[in-house]
Amino acid sequence: MILFLMAAIQAGTPLLFATLGEIITERSGNLNLGVEGMMLIGAVFGFLVGHGTDMPLLAMAASAFSGAIAAGIYAFVTVTLRGNQVVTGLALTILGTGISGFLGKYMMGFVLSEAFTAQFKPIELPFLSKIPLLGPILFSQNYFVYLAYAVAILSWLYIEKTNFGLNLRMVGENPSAADASGISVSLYKYVHIMIGGALCGLGGAYLSLVYVPAWQENLTAGRGWIAIALVIFSQWHTLNALLGSYFFGMLGILGFRLQQYNIPFSQYLFTALPYAITIAVLIITSMQRSKHHNEPEGLGVPYFREDRH
Amino acid sequence: MLKITKHKELPVLQIVGIKLGAILAALMVLAFALIALGYNPIQVYIELVLGALGSPYRITETIHVMIPLTMTGLGVLIAFKMKFWNIGAEGQIAMGAIAGSYLALFHSNLPKPLLLLLMVVFAMLAGGIWAYIPAFFKVRYNSNETLFTLMMNYLAIQLIVFLQFSAWKDPKSFGFAKIAQFDSNAIFPKFFGVHIGWLVMVVLVFAIYMLINHTKLGYEICVVGTSKATAKYAGMDVKATTLKTLFISGAIAGMVGIFQASAINGTLSVQVSGGYGFTAIIIAWLSGMSTLVVPITAFFFAILTQGASYIQTVFQIPQAVAEVLQAVILLFALGSEFFVTYRIQWVKKGALR
Repeated sequence: MILFLMAAIQAGTPLLFATLGEIITERSGNLNLGVEGMMLIGAVFGFLVGHGTDMPLLAMAASAFSGAIAAGIYAFVTVTLRGNQVVTGLALTILGTGISGFLGKYMMGFVLSEAFTAQFKPIELPFLSKIPLLGPILFSQNYFVYLAYAVAILSWLYIEKTNFGLNLRMVGENPSAADASGISVSLYKYVHIMIGGALCGLGGAYLSLVYVPAWQENLTAGRGWIAIALVIFSQWHTLNALLGSYFFGMLGILGFRLQQYNIPFSQYLFTALPYAITIAVLIITSMQRSKHHNEPEGLGVPYFREDRH
Repeated sequence: MLKITKHKELPVLQIVGIKLGAILAALMVLAFALIALGYNPIQVYIELVLGALGSPYRITETIHVMIPLTMTGLGVLIAFKMKFWNIGAEGQIAMGAIAGSYLALFHSNLPKPLLLLLMVVFAMLAGGIWAYIPAFFKVRYNSNETLFTLMMNYLAIQLIVFLQFSAWKDPKSFGFAKIAQFDSNAIFPKFFGVHIGWLVMVVLVFAIYMLINHTKLGYEICVVGTSKATAKYAGMDVKATTLKTLFISGAIAGMVGIFQASAINGTLSVQVSGGYGFTAIIIAWLSGMSTLVVPITAFFFAILTQGASYIQTVFQIPQAVAEVLQAVILLFALGSEFFVTYRIQWVKKGALR
């Protein structure tokens, strides 16, 4: 059971990175449907650098950087050139699938060296790993997983407790008010879209560097879309994303586990469950929209100063 | 400093010019990438076109790709006209394929014309309902249709996975997870070498054109898309229009599903939608929401797709290059939209005051 939950954390980590990235992006009011693409770009460049240099940190940096560049293209088209967000996001997904498929063809069968993967061995955190039950599950993981915890908590602090976060929320909720109060809407959007992209890239890199760790065609297998679902599930809140990602990660591996007991339907049920739950959350939250809502008011609505009225 | 202002309506020729310029720029960018990889880009592009149109067989294959892209493109177009972001065509295709395949697999003894007709009707109903559900929640509770339709895609695809790997798995397939091939009775006939879907496509292009430009519903769709407030003020039933339109949008995608399953693949499989639902969104957008341009854009994308699988064999360039090219063209086209709507002027600092 403990082993199963540890595996759930492992499976949930790429989802967590991507979900956090997308939350930060959407909090700035931009819906970027290119998560899958940015994850694949991060995965492929992280893997290339990791395979070439045998340095995990450099590989992680490369994946974050490439994810941020990809998101930067999206930001340029949607924020500066005012292109449609939905279509631009889809274009980014196609671009990412294409680039990773293209480079991946030359990397088929590449495997990371043992010295490389050894660096992602679990590290037992002092004291914390001694907590009964939670210790072995949460605090006997590799440092990439710990990085995910840190990003989740730090982004919560950043969004909810700092002035920058306050400005960010204002840009996402009501960009013309933010603009009027002297906040540079475009700058905020650019920065947070690119941070979001970097995190999506890291999510992809977790798959190619740690989880698999080899190159496979279409490595992300739809996880980017699950991350978009998770943003709704966690109601644009990064701490909820922490729980949600591991829950969805667990659902993802539960199907395979139950397959061993020969229950024919359950496996497919569990792979469909994240989407079904997300739809349920969408419906329930929109039904009680009047009481409290967490979806940024300006999500998906482009902001042009000239169009204000 | 730079000042950005809105154009007056540009002449059509100039808009076409800007768009073609964007496509050209995208081809140039990829050409540089190809040079960097050691290929001759002109040669690659020529082979790409030849690979799609170089022989009667290849032309047939290209048209096979063009049919679902055009039809689905038209389906999402009418929803987009209303500013309803239906990105669930992928799932609507899948549901249509499932419903039609049910008849093809379990009632193939019906007389052929009746069977084929019922397959289309079932597929349209299933696709329509699959689009109607998010539309219902949109008009009732104002839930986010972009995310809702997106999630519906994966439910539908998971349903096919379940059918293919479990419920409808062919017991005679020696352990392979596949559904039995359809009875020949349930395969759509060919007409001049291409399955009759192309006739449906031609009819559909004109039907949608008439719908949008010459019917009451079409007029309402355009008004709702421009301004919901105006539509309400004019006494239109915005909710009913939304529901009707989305049902039609999904029904068209559903029909695509059964043509793909029966006429192209000969059975139902997970690959039935093959990403066409997403590409169709792009096609509708690139066509500038104009019905008659959709088939042209779809043909262009079909050439890219088919041609890329050909240059893979000739140059050993991975087929994924087609996706890169599509994405780059799309990004340039999206960016070029800016120059259609706005113009940039240099203004001296003082002049603004």
